[in-house]
Amino acid sequence: MSNEHSMRRVTAIRNGTVIDHIPCGQSLTVLEMLGVTGSTSVPVSLVMNVPSKKMGSKDIIKVEDRELTQSELDRLALVAPDAHVAIIRAYSVAEKLTINLGEEVVNVVKCAMSNCITTNLREPLPHRLKVVSKDPLELRCHYCGRPQNLDELVNNVL
Amino acid sequence: MAGLITMDDLTNEEILTILDDAERLLPVARGELYLPLLQGRILGNLFFEPSTRTRMSFETAMKRLGGDVVNLGDVKTSSVVKGETLFDTIQMVDGYTDIIAMRHPRQGAAQYAQDSATVPILNGGDGAGHHPTQTMLDLFTIRQAHGKLDGLKVVLAGDLRYGRTVHSLSHALTRFGCELVFASPEILKMPSEIISDLNAHGATITETEDLYSMIGDADVVYMTRIQKERFSDEDEYARCAGAYKLHANHLADVKSNMIIMHPLPRVDEIDPSVDVTRHARYFEQAFNGVVARMALLCKLLGITVPEDVESAGGAL
Repeated sequence: MSNEHSMRRVTAIRNGTVIDHIPCGQSLTVLEMLGVTGSTSVPVSLVMNVPSKKMGSKDIIKVEDRELTQSELDRLALVAPDAHVAIIRAYSVAEKLTINLGEEVVNVVKCAMSNCITTNLREPLPHRLKVVSKDPLELRCHYCGRPQNLDELVNNVL
Repeated sequence: MAGLITMDDLTNEEILTILDDAERLLPVARGELYLPLLQGRILGNLFFEPSTRTRMSFETAMKRLGGDVVNLGDVKTSSVVKGETLFDTIQMVDGYTDIIAMRHPRQGAAQYAQDSATVPILNGGDGAGHHPTQTMLDLFTIRQAHGKLDGLKVVLAGDLRYGRTVHSLSHALTRFGCELVFASPEILKMPSEIISDLNAHGATITETEDLYSMIGDADVVYMTRIQKERFSDEDEYARCAGAYKLHANHLADVKSNMIIMHPLPRVDEIDPSVDVTRHARYFEQAFNGVVARMALLCKLLGITVPEDVESAGGAL
């Protein structure tokens, strides 16, 4: 099935953000990392496990009346570094945003280790995690060196 | 200026050069020669956790080289109890001193301090993280006994999970091609991320709970204390305490030049009967803390240790 057909599973949105090419099964994690919960008032459409030429299968999210910020893109980069993000205005793609998981993630997530110096939230230096591996994702705290996997990162989003 | 936070901050070549410097500084460390290489320099000793050997040997090292030391003193009487952040404390001491030696209960504190400071930080232990200056004196002691660092079989025993000395030492020994044996109770095994790092550097590692069967062909047996202060669960500590107790009786069939080391303090993991054997090296090891730290202070302050220390120095 083509990408065009999969997009038709949900209606086009007037204003908001479309996140396409999310790794299969990761859309719920993406929503969690973006802070989109059942209590948020904006309409959210989510399709999972739709066929994709590029990825085999993928997830897609459409969030209405909300445009992702840079810090939200940084969080998204941890879960879906190859996702395509489009800002929609008046039913048209107004902007295509680039996700970039660089060598270090700064002030996006905090270290998961309870005894790390950064757990004192009054300490002013930024939370820094180095990207050791992109696939599978592994980050290490710049300060204490503790490796952290995706599950821990999701629970420690700033 | 860069400090020493983990052993990754030094190349093998730098390690060997520092050990050579330390070797030449031995008469100064023993007080046989006066060589004020660090005159006019001030070391800030920031020990947020109890320390005897590390703090005193840093102080001795600085003073033997003609430098001076200011101490944080008891944490309970400092601004730390008023809630001062580590960042603020470092800002202040950075202005007072030329170099800082620090021990802190939280992991990553040394790197955090280095990122907050302009002067070099010497990591004297950060939680269960790293203790690279201890590693330098350990390497000095091993080389002193065996004349080399490469290709030795080293057994590390006791608390390998929380023991920061063994974390730093195993990284360094792997870089010199040593064969490592990790002997510990199951719940105090070397952390998997460290094993994974060591394997990535081509380490040869054996993990076991049986210490005594592994010491027969060892060149070094490095004992550590089961650290009560690192356990949140007293029952868990009770299950591990006293797991190993090396006695002179265990040493009948070991290599004649095998050395037994311990970062000290010991509790009961090395019986006093071992003290009088030719293998005991832990008290010399503690002394070597002075000379290794003298060489490190010079290195990080950009001071060259003269090739001919005897000629450069004077009588006391």
